[in-house]
Amino acid sequence: MEKLPKLLIVAFVLALAGCKSTPTGPEQAGAGVEERSPGAAPAAQPVEPSAVAKVTPAAPSGDAGIAALKDPKNILSKRSVFFEFDSFAIKDEFKPLIEAHAKFLLSHSTIRMLIQGNADERGSREYNLALGQKRADAVKSVLMLLGVKESQIESVSLGEEKPRNPGHDDSAWAENRRVDLLYSGEF
Amino acid sequence: MRRTAVYALAALLAAPGARAQLSIEISGAGANRIPIAIADFAGDGLLPQALSAVVRADLERSGMFRLIETGARPLSEAAAPDHAEWRSRGADALLAGSVSASGPERMEARFRLFDIQRQAQLGGAALAAAASQLRTTGHRIADFVYEKLTGERGVFSTRIAYVVKSAGRYELQISDADGMNPQTALASREPVISPAWSPDGRRLAYVSFEAKKPVVYVHTLATGRRHVVANFKGSNSAPAWSPDGSRLAVVLTKDGGSQLYLVNADGSGVRRLASSAGIDTEPFFSLDGQSIYFTSDRGGSPQIYRIPAGGGETQRITFEGSYNVSPRISADGKSMAFISRSGGRFQLAVMDLATRQTHVLTDSAKDESPSFAPNGRIILYATEIGGRGVLAAISSDGRVRQRLSVAAGNVREPAWGPFVNY
Repeated sequence: MEKLPKLLIVAFVLALAGCKSTPTGPEQAGAGVEERSPGAAPAAQPVEPSAVAKVTPAAPSGDAGIAALKDPKNILSKRSVFFEFDSFAIKDEFKPLIEAHAKFLLSHSTIRMLIQGNADERGSREYNLALGQKRADAVKSVLMLLGVKESQIESVSLGEEKPRNPGHDDSAWAENRRVDLLYSGEF
Repeated sequence: MRRTAVYALAALLAAPGARAQLSIEISGAGANRIPIAIADFAGDGLLPQALSAVVRADLERSGMFRLIETGARPLSEAAAPDHAEWRSRGADALLAGSVSASGPERMEARFRLFDIQRQAQLGGAALAAAASQLRTTGHRIADFVYEKLTGERGVFSTRIAYVVKSAGRYELQISDADGMNPQTALASREPVISPAWSPDGRRLAYVSFEAKKPVVYVHTLATGRRHVVANFKGSNSAPAWSPDGSRLAVVLTKDGGSQLYLVNADGSGVRRLASSAGIDTEPFFSLDGQSIYFTSDRGGSPQIYRIPAGGGETQRITFEGSYNVSPRISADGKSMAFISRSGGRFQLAVMDLATRQTHVLTDSAKDESPSFAPNGRIILYATEIGGRGVLAAISSDGRVRQRLSVAAGNVREPAWGPFVNY
């Protein structure tokens, strides 16, 4: 056997299974380091291992703590607006709901609302993300017409990623073309 | 020091992420497959898996080669092959090699490729690696053979990224191009979409919903270190790397509507690229970095457009049908893969950008997220079979098909990584 060549490149992987990192902010803590140690030129080319370190983000949690928002008898507990296929128009039946939330936001100026738009599963994920955004923006426009300050609300999209109904038919898709309203502590 | 590293690698390979092994089915074959004999390597029997078997599986899977029966007798690269005998068996090329232990947990592989028709040597090499890198070594040998015999670079050493969804859990995984050796880069309870490889193959940009809204991250694979590239008010999505790796095109809604922006890879210097009254999304840089292809509904239905990377006049690229999305450009800049809807079916199509001729490549109904192999020979995409998300790959001429699936989950959002420079 030939004399073994000196090892050149060593990937030193510290982050193994069971050693999950928990992010605390946008910048993640390093889970490992890559190390190079110099040595003599090898007789053969080394095959460089390709390590992948694992990251597991924590889920946010909390509660707005205002009873009216959870009371099933109160219109404020209704949080979803549904849309027709390929449409961003808010149907008349949802106007009282949006008006009630506008009133609540106007009287609770420290509470913020996240408006999450959604789309059904058909087609491109990124295009569906943009379609969900259009729906969320439509609800945001109505809230602002009713006097809600833009600084209090944010419209975002979950696209097709969070279907309420996991089915693949017309009735499932109708449930998934929607906007959900979330208050501080719920997102 | 060396031993520690080797053990750490071995442990990594045995990490729990490996349970989501992709399995592969192949159908179809190329028109003019090159007949090649790949003899068992001397020393193959000492390995947990024969090195020559890894090389054979790679070359056969490409659809470009036909394997000639070699018998069980190992053939070392040092031996002079009997050209007349191999010619009589129908081989145009012969690969011979040997493997030996070169230290604790270390191996060395040597191989030589012969042109049987011309009775000539086509070259060979010696590769040293950790014993755990057996498959990687095999892929490198397959790349060598592929390039010598087809004139194009092989993609066997490249990696793919994809997302596996199983009950309430999303894992961004990286595997070898053959679906083996999967490793989890990110495990989250919230969705992850749109992974995009940096041109150097060290980082992935992606969209994560862990903050209950879409945020764009750049994640360094070897360290797990990541940073936010775009987390503005509203949605942040659809990252695409510039070919030099310095910038990303992204879609932001901070100024109203889904619109295209450029941002430096560290998250600084965000600036608007285009303005439209409708949706602009799914940017993708041309290889020269001069233009950006994207999807827009500015004309009333989603179609593919192109804009200079410095901003300027847009040009519409697709005209047939009412839904053409997800443009991806091949590395030679000549073709564009995209998803086209016709009769309610979403199918993978490819356009010759010079002639604008379009071919639908599949007969499936829910194709998404096409991604070219770096040599342009194969397109990887997501589709659905029996209600379950799977990855499929098709040669860009439509002849060879592969399917990759995970036993316990939905696989989606594939992205084929760049060439590996070794």
